[in-house]
Amino acid sequence: MIRPILFAAGLCLGASAVAAQDKPVLTVYTYDSFVSDWGPGPKVEAAFEAECNCDLKLVGAGDGAALLSRLQLEGARTEADILLGLDTNLTARAKATGLFAPLTNRPTHLDVPVDWTDDTFLPYDWGYFAFVYDKNKLSAPPNSFRDLINMPEDFKIVIQDPRSSSPGLGLLLWVKTAYGDKADTIWEGLEPHILTVTKGWSEAYGMFLEGEADMVLSYTTSPAYHLIAEEDDSKAAASFEEGHYLQIEVAGKLAASDQPELADQFLAFMTSATFQSIIPTTNWMYPSVFSQDGLPAGFETLITPNESLIIPEGKAEAIKDEALAEWLAVLSR
Amino acid sequence: MARSSQPLSLTRALAGGGALALLLALTLGTVGAVWSKASFQAGLGPADWAAIRFTISQALVSATLSVVLAIPTARALARRRFRGRQLMVSLLGAPFILPGIVAVLGIVAVWGRTGYVSTLIGTPLNIYGYSGVVLAHVFFNLPLATRFILQGWLSIPSEHFRLTAQLGMTTGEVNHLLERPMLRAVVPGAFLLIFLLCITSFAVALALGGGPRATTVELAIYQALRFDFDLSKAALLAMIQFALCTATAAATLWIAAPQGFAVGMDRPARRWDGKSRRHVLTDQILLLTVGLFLFVPLLSILLKGAPNLLMLPPQVWPALGNSVAIAITSAFCAILLSLALSALIVSLTARWKRSAQLLEIIGFLSLAASPFVIGTGLFIMLNPVVDPFKAALPITIAVNAVMSLPFALRVILPAMSRAEHFYGRLGNSLGMTGWTRFRLAIWPRLKRPVGFAAGLSAALSMGDLGVIALFAPPDMATLPLTMYRLMTSYQMAAASGVALLLIATSLALFWAFDKGGRLDHHIG
Repeated sequence: MIRPILFAAGLCLGASAVAAQDKPVLTVYTYDSFVSDWGPGPKVEAAFEAECNCDLKLVGAGDGAALLSRLQLEGARTEADILLGLDTNLTARAKATGLFAPLTNRPTHLDVPVDWTDDTFLPYDWGYFAFVYDKNKLSAPPNSFRDLINMPEDFKIVIQDPRSSSPGLGLLLWVKTAYGDKADTIWEGLEPHILTVTKGWSEAYGMFLEGEADMVLSYTTSPAYHLIAEEDDSKAAASFEEGHYLQIEVAGKLAASDQPELADQFLAFMTSATFQSIIPTTNWMYPSVFSQDGLPAGFETLITPNESLIIPEGKAEAIKDEALAEWLAVLSR
Repeated sequence: MARSSQPLSLTRALAGGGALALLLALTLGTVGAVWSKASFQAGLGPADWAAIRFTISQALVSATLSVVLAIPTARALARRRFRGRQLMVSLLGAPFILPGIVAVLGIVAVWGRTGYVSTLIGTPLNIYGYSGVVLAHVFFNLPLATRFILQGWLSIPSEHFRLTAQLGMTTGEVNHLLERPMLRAVVPGAFLLIFLLCITSFAVALALGGGPRATTVELAIYQALRFDFDLSKAALLAMIQFALCTATAAATLWIAAPQGFAVGMDRPARRWDGKSRRHVLTDQILLLTVGLFLFVPLLSILLKGAPNLLMLPPQVWPALGNSVAIAITSAFCAILLSLALSALIVSLTARWKRSAQLLEIIGFLSLAASPFVIGTGLFIMLNPVVDPFKAALPITIAVNAVMSLPFALRVILPAMSRAEHFYGRLGNSLGMTGWTRFRLAIWPRLKRPVGFAAGLSAALSMGDLGVIALFAPPDMATLPLTMYRLMTSYQMAAASGVALLLIATSLALFWAFDKGGRLDHHIG
């Protein structure tokens, strides 16, 4: 029983020894679903290694805020050259750590719904938070938060906890940007419709697919997965009149990187057609630079919000604390 | 007499001391490491106090309910013989090793708004809230409690039952003379294990708890550590969990009274009591109800996963290999650790009862430890020395072994204590020492509990996600990790197949170690 362990340990050591031989190694910390075999990771790695003569090491190091915490834990001694997978709600906190270096080359063209002025982080994909429902079970989905509040008592949604999940935090800021001081009355109205709050996206989405709730908090792009990968057109996102909260995912270069040129090369690669064409059908988000052929077939069926809501970078932390306190106060009653 | 029969040899002191050191390093040591990196002092806000109150309250209710239901269930299993009994006992190992998300989906399939029960009664049930949390925790822990208490029933020498039958005692008298003293010895430990398991529950409690009212301390730790990067608060909350653990452990061990049964010939027990129609009928109804409660959610997981078993992605197989290798090695280490610690505790009991009890309490600590704190603390401790990613395998094995130590200790310690008490003396009087004494006098009495403990540890390690998720390099996945990665990539169907494979493998390991739940075989 010890043998497989020794064998595996030997393999690990052997593999790292081989990798360390000659090619420079670029280490990228990212979230788990990016590196998984079903995410963009394997294709991105193959494509970049084909042109960089280097070893691209993608390391799954937790999701969202956990990624940043991990980096703060390691501090300047981190082996990471690039952090890929923060969103705009975290960039201010990330900059405050002083661990990131400014971008050497700012991207010239971006297809992101807002003006991009950040000089430290590069957006590589984006999407809108939305409530996803099943068209076969629900013919008239609510078209605003107020409409959702007025649905019958037994109309239920599943959401994620803003204290442990990025979509959960997204919904918190969505309600806050749309309703400001009245956010707490919206939450009071939503409260009877919230079936439950889960730790992460997977639990909530799984419960929705079980038929447990009428709608689940996810992305406007979620139906594209079902349509393209499963040829199932029954899922749709409900379009809300208030507009939808925007999540922009970004990457940044570590100031302590021992491969700054390679890191710059990778960041440039991230807005290239090769990288951007991998994103829509592996990460199920919109690419930050559209290809000349447009988006993959199926994306045209997705809803387009009439307004993109987002909190200005510097204010995210303060607004988040206030909104979280409101949310807890209303839902803990 | 007792003094000379249990000498504290140098080997025992060293082995037991080593096990203790590892245990303390991974529990209090990791909290200390997290604390050492904290930059500012945190206090607890009203939300934290609410979380502490909720955590204690739901754990008390869940543990009490699990144990109260487990006592008659274990008694029914101990005194009835029926077809499928072996299978039922084996399957009792299944619920508590389920990864949280799988258990939630299984429970929802039965008790949810569109679940079997709602369909049956025609109106949607709403379990979300306090009742959902307790329901889930009883589902997880009732089978565990039943196995522990059943083990207690089987430890009553069969000669005792024969004697009570020969003396014409009633079921009530058997209960008073044999069963209650056994329960007094076994139940507090089982209660404590479950209470601690419920304390560190997080994702399950939240998902079925209906909202932030169901916030546990563990969620607050997760938030502090991963979301807010507030290390001092995480350390403070982790210490509160340990304090809760220590207080509860002290209280339950104080209530527990060691059972004073004489030894028997290790024959399989035959029962002459509880044969009246009333007893038979209540046992049957009880077993049927508990069986349905525990196994219908498992069945739903089976039905959902089975069609996907044939289409599992190829990445699953190396992950399965990793998981099995980790589980077996962890179980092996957990057994060595608990044998070493048990031997030390047994030796100390004769002379220093207080320190022996203290060690017993420390043996529970790892159950109250937050995997996030352990992971982060280990990272802080190891990062200056080795690349934690390269040490992912040994770290995972060590943590898993220590995490399952409380279970193994609960099973092995009482058995070793009894074996030492009765057969150790016999061995001494025959002049046996060292290995020979262990092999001939002690080991035969330990085999059955060690098998059970190894099965528990292996199954626990199989289902564990805690630490590997922090350290695993991308090319080294375990089965639970693969399942989560599939889920985050929308692949719920494939994930349900992996979940089924995970349960089947865990049960197979449990079964193999536990000798298929063959509870009545001769020891010899």
